[in-house]
Amino acid sequence: MFFSFKAVILWTDSLIYLLLAALIFFAFYVIRREHLRAPWRQIRRRPLAMSALVVLCFYGVIGLSDSVHFRKALPATEGDQVVQYSPEVLSLLDVLLDSLRSHTERTYSEPLATHAFTKEMIEGDDGRQQRAFPRLRYGGAHLDSPETEKTADLLSSLIRGALNGLLLAALLCGLFLVFISRFHRKSFATTMRAVLQGEAETAWRAVFLTIGFFMILGGIATSLSGDYHLFGTDKVGQDVLYLSLKGIRTGLVIGTLTTLVMLPFAVFLGIAAGYFRGWVDDLIQYLYTTLSSVPGVLLIASAVLILQVYMDKNAEDFSSITERADTRLLFLCIILGMTGWIGLCRLLRGETFKIREMEYVQAARALGVSPMKIIFRHILPNVMHIVLIAVVLDFSGLVLAEAVLSYVGVGVDPAMISWGNMINSARLELAREPVVWWSLVSAFIFMFGLVLSANVFSDGVRDAFDPRLR
Amino acid sequence: MINYIIRRLLYAIPILIGVNLLTFLLFFVVNTPDDMARLHLGMKRVTPEAIEKWKADHGYDKPIAFNPAAGGMKTLTETVFYEKSLRLFLFDFGRADDGRNIGADIRQRMGPSLAIAIPGLIVGLLVNITVAMLIAFFRASYIDTWGVIVAVAMMSISSLFYIIGGQFIFSKTLRLVPISGYDTGLDAVKFLILPVIVGLVSGVGSGTRWYRTIFLEEIGKDYVRTARAKGLSELSVLFSHVLRNALVPILTGVVVVLPLLFMGSLITESFFSIPGLGSYTIDAINSQDFGIVRAMVFLGSVLYIIGLILTDISYTWVDPRVRL
Repeated sequence: MFFSFKAVILWTDSLIYLLLAALIFFAFYVIRREHLRAPWRQIRRRPLAMSALVVLCFYGVIGLSDSVHFRKALPATEGDQVVQYSPEVLSLLDVLLDSLRSHTERTYSEPLATHAFTKEMIEGDDGRQQRAFPRLRYGGAHLDSPETEKTADLLSSLIRGALNGLLLAALLCGLFLVFISRFHRKSFATTMRAVLQGEAETAWRAVFLTIGFFMILGGIATSLSGDYHLFGTDKVGQDVLYLSLKGIRTGLVIGTLTTLVMLPFAVFLGIAAGYFRGWVDDLIQYLYTTLSSVPGVLLIASAVLILQVYMDKNAEDFSSITERADTRLLFLCIILGMTGWIGLCRLLRGETFKIREMEYVQAARALGVSPMKIIFRHILPNVMHIVLIAVVLDFSGLVLAEAVLSYVGVGVDPAMISWGNMINSARLELAREPVVWWSLVSAFIFMFGLVLSANVFSDGVRDAFDPRLR
Repeated sequence: MINYIIRRLLYAIPILIGVNLLTFLLFFVVNTPDDMARLHLGMKRVTPEAIEKWKADHGYDKPIAFNPAAGGMKTLTETVFYEKSLRLFLFDFGRADDGRNIGADIRQRMGPSLAIAIPGLIVGLLVNITVAMLIAFFRASYIDTWGVIVAVAMMSISSLFYIIGGQFIFSKTLRLVPISGYDTGLDAVKFLILPVIVGLVSGVGSGTRWYRTIFLEEIGKDYVRTARAKGLSELSVLFSHVLRNALVPILTGVVVVLPLLFMGSLITESFFSIPGLGSYTIDAINSQDFGIVRAMVFLGSVLYIIGLILTDISYTWVDPRVRL
């Protein structure tokens, strides 16, 4: 055993695994049915949508590796039989980024800096006290005289990283190509030519270019952040790149689990209202008009305030800060879902109205098929495209909402690393002189990448699935 | 028409009762006034007397929904539910935790909220329609493609970045306008320019894209082909035919948000320190003043329902085919 640990499965973790299982099931379900595969084939042909999908996959992998939690065993003491576990909950990502996580400076430092951001009293070589910028503990610590060596070191590290990334990307794409050529039973050279000329069935060229681009970026980032703080450090000296990477999980959880929470409500209530009509419809309409008439932010704010009171009252139920933050995150997803299901529910209700008057549904009813069976067999499959479009479209809005809610103070727990919290704390840093801009820029880049690729991908999905646009 | 409006107004009553019950459940049943008192006085070592005193000071010292001790009608009226929740229907919002009258505060803060929301709405509408019209005019060309790409990129940026960036560039670096604050009368203009511009820029991406879809949908219709067949120029087709028909969904989309303009924008107002209802709400959330949050929830739902009714009426107004 390399090191012993105890797995910790947080609430959001288990829901993420559930979501992953559902995705895999859905993929297999679609692959076997030709009529469901057709719209996906259309997406596969669009270079922009495929690039966006690759970016989303990168984010997804990082988010997933950050969703495997455990507690490390503490070093055994003499005569201690029972293994004690550290109270700190770590994730797989934390282990992978161990050097980033543990290399904390005293306070702010600029990106790629070797010296601290503020002057301090330090003792010079000759023993005299003077005010100067002290060297950083980790940033560029391997250099003897940073003034002369830094540029060359940065350049060589950059080139090394880019080459590594390129090599890895070439390897990955080569493997892909081998698989594709095997799959289509064509020679490797023919496949490669088709891909390079953009004539392949799937927009592989865009996929490979995106993989290459991000592998090179990743290579550079890895190589530079080995010796430096690529995005600088924040107020308490934590590496900003590490914080941004950790923020990915929070964003993904908010974007995906919220829809997972709201889907059952939206689908069943929407279809029930449309199918049964009468008092069921009246009741469901009343329910969602009431809920939607409360301003969303205020409903979320009140619910989170109340959760806070509840958590303060039952503080002993939460064994660690991580669990506490996780509960709040889950609750935020639930409450966002509570306000978010209304739009989809309305759409589904309208669509079911139309479908229930179709001949095949009337025929089924005339043959005496039970309502439940009609709903599951005949109506649900025919509204699934609306559900899919809504889920994909909602995602980016939810990621953006997290930042705003964290700013208002009703978002995720302040102890949880999220882009919203990063922006929130970086807001005041802009007023400093000189300006501390890097946390903000870093959060911006990571958030923009996720939201933009989600938007582009959802455009592709909508174009492929919306029958009105065809 | 009058009948319809009356029917809609009557339909609003059960919804408002629902909202009222929901807020009541959230604020008084899930968490009792005791919890609220403890939250405000600090969690640890609070004497029961201190809690009772806090509750008495803020009017939470009565039974929650049913007071058998009072007798008669007072069984129902001498309760927290009657005094705190039902009074909202009379727009009697009670007092905030610091003793100020919430109703008076709301009336006073409505002005600054509107001063920023109305110019923002008008400028935004004009710019969005113009840009979307331009893109629709050059449809299926490079301008169209790039216009959509820029719009998608712009809507992928959090509004927080627009505000922070705007303040940093225009106020801190270029020193063109003050960073934040507010003034009465015409002096307010210099404080309002930046928030309005930032609001415009952060909304132009999604707005343009949405309006472009509406325009393109109209352009595909038969009457446009007829207009072109008559020999009208593309510009007059776009402006006198397409725009007028496309304004129907655009205007009805605007009408539903009109009443909500009173509520102000949480984020903009708090970043620019504008003493409107948005910053009022955000301060209340941060200081955990449940009275104000409750009042704003109720006010917001009333305004939303008014917006829904106005939307239905405006449909009949802009589209003669709709008869009530």
